[in-house]
Amino acid sequence: MSQKISWFGKTSLGIGFFFLYAPIVILMIYSFNASKLVTVWGGFSTHWYGELFRDEAVMSALGLSLKVALLSSVMAVALGTIAGMVLARFGRFRGKSLFAGMITAPMVMPEVITGLSMLLLFVQMQQWFGFPEERGVLTIWVGHVTLCMAYVTVVIRSRLVEMDRSVEEAAMDLGARPMKVFFVITLPLIAPALASGFLLAFTLSLDDLVITAFLSGPGSTTLPQLIFSRVRLGLNPEINALATITVLVVGTLVIVANRVMARAEKKRRLLAA
Amino acid sequence: MLMESSVSAANAAKSGQPYLQIVDVVKKFGDNTVVDHVNLTINKNDIFALLGSSGSGKSTLLRMLAGMETPTSGRIILDGQDITQLPPYERPINMMFQSYALFPHMTVAQNIAFGLKQDRLPKAEIDARVEKMLDLVQMKKYAGRKPYQLSGGQQQRVALARSLAKRPKLLLLDEPLGALDKKLRQQTQLELVNLIEQVGVTCIMVTHDQEEAMTMAGRIAIMSEGQLLQVATPNEIYEYPNCRFTAEFIGETNIFEGHLAVDEPDFVEIASPDLPTPIFVAHGITGALGMQLWYSLRPERVYLSREQPTEVRNQASGVVHDIAYLGGFSIYHIKLASGKIIKASVPATQWRDEPAPTWEEPVFISWGDNDGVVLTQ
Ligand SMILES: Nc1ncnc2c1ncn2[C@@H]1O[C@H](COP(=O)(O)OP(=O)(O)OP(=O)(O)O)[C@@H](O)[C@H]1O
Ligand SMILES: [Mg+2]
Repeated sequence: MSQKISWFGKTSLGIGFFFLYAPIVILMIYSFNASKLVTVWGGFSTHWYGELFRDEAVMSALGLSLKVALLSSVMAVALGTIAGMVLARFGRFRGKSLFAGMITAPMVMPEVITGLSMLLLFVQMQQWFGFPEERGVLTIWVGHVTLCMAYVTVVIRSRLVEMDRSVEEAAMDLGARPMKVFFVITLPLIAPALASGFLLAFTLSLDDLVITAFLSGPGSTTLPQLIFSRVRLGLNPEINALATITVLVVGTLVIVANRVMARAEKKRRLLAA
Repeated sequence: MLMESSVSAANAAKSGQPYLQIVDVVKKFGDNTVVDHVNLTINKNDIFALLGSSGSGKSTLLRMLAGMETPTSGRIILDGQDITQLPPYERPINMMFQSYALFPHMTVAQNIAFGLKQDRLPKAEIDARVEKMLDLVQMKKYAGRKPYQLSGGQQQRVALARSLAKRPKLLLLDEPLGALDKKLRQQTQLELVNLIEQVGVTCIMVTHDQEEAMTMAGRIAIMSEGQLLQVATPNEIYEYPNCRFTAEFIGETNIFEGHLAVDEPDFVEIASPDLPTPIFVAHGITGALGMQLWYSLRPERVYLSREQPTEVRNQASGVVHDIAYLGGFSIYHIKLASGKIIKASVPATQWRDEPAPTWEEPVFISWGDNDGVVLTQ
């Protein structure tokens, strides 16, 4: 089925794409600018890429961001799966709506409030128990897990709800205990949702600025924080280079993830048909 | 396996107990009573069918046997053991699901082996049994395939093999052929019965297809609104239904509503406003004069003729209202003087020397003294 797209459709599509991608394309082009001034083209150069990799502050911030993102997304997937199971499989129980509401609250609550309330909690805890001693990787991690888990729970819960329960019942009927059913049947079947939940959590954590700002301490600067503070001092093609690399890496990841999901989806369709 | 089962059969026979007993089982979802005081006993190696319209509670009853639902009250006893409170993974019962519920991420062989692995059988034995099951359902060629690479009929056979692999004491089939098209269904019905008999397993199946139940099962229960209305052999259910629901649910029938007009020990007469003369029944019934009754008369018991029958009773005149030609026989819809439409099944061989009656032609219907069934409810 091929449909002719009207000139109006073409124009709107063009405008849409322009607004979405033009800034990114300009940003990428200027990352190869030889001039130190971001807005003045001074010829092609990869100078700023070299500069970027020699910049220790950027490299350590990147390292920290990746570490936090990895730790947060692993934890968020683990907790989100459990929460998703409870919401999708345990029927109705007292306080279920409260539980569901609390878990998804960070999605709708302004991040400033989430960040601030967690900061107050940690300060209070430090006064009472002396733990956590100072704000740093640990507190950022807790904050990010809270945020990411909300999204992961939603993804996994909806996958579980639409999944044919009789497959799990069949496993139980054949003698598998509930725990075993979960690990041998349920988990493999929701693996695509776990993967997309993981990626979602990873990107959320990687680019979070607001919560991090409240929960980070001296010596724990994440990449978004670093970029933000540098940009305030004045634009710099080095940041463009960093952004270009980020866009390419993220773009590749998204394409790969889409492929994997599409294949899993196709298999499911075939079986359902 | 045969040894095992014959030993427990002997046990059951010795104690004089039926193999499966469902005792006064009730299941409520909230205020909604879905299974209503069901009592049922099933003998070893029976093939039993639960037949009923959609929403009558068949699946719920089956799921209680499998342990997927817990009865609100009542007991379930299998081979002398009360299994009412056992979780599904501890019951010697396996179920084949309506949707087949094959594990999509496992091959055919792994699907069949799954139950055996849960019992921690040695690998060699698992392999041997899987092999045997694959042979039994003729799926050896497909052992390495994933479920989505199989046709509907093949998936059904894998699901059956998987539920038989553990040699359950009781096999439950929920709409076993529901997902197959009509042609494949009829072919598979007998195949399935042969397989079940070959393995020698007690089996309860759920269906809403009466033909399927009559073909496959030795005994049938008719279920409506959570209650069992009649439990009997296919023949008894068809010939001697005990209520209007059963009579109308199984096959086609004509129902005359009336009241008991003459009550003698060896015959009765039922006066019906649908018919000019009372219906004569050549046996007595227990009931009071004037009580409301129904008379069920199957279309194949209605005799159609052009000439008025010589026997004066059990006849009526009418005109041909409609004809459904079905090849070997035709269903005639006869409109009586009262306006009631009677279905008569007429074999094609009845009209050898004369043309068959056609639309609007006046005809007579008649039936024998014992051709119908008197129903009190
Ligand atoms: N878990 C449940 N919670 C609430 N009501 C239920 C539940 N399961 C079944 N019911 C209700 O119980 C009734 C009987 O359901 P059941 O699935 O046993 O019917 P059935 O005879 O198998 O019908 P079908 O032929 O359509 O499969 C239905 O009205 C259904 O809505
Ligand atoms: Mg059902």
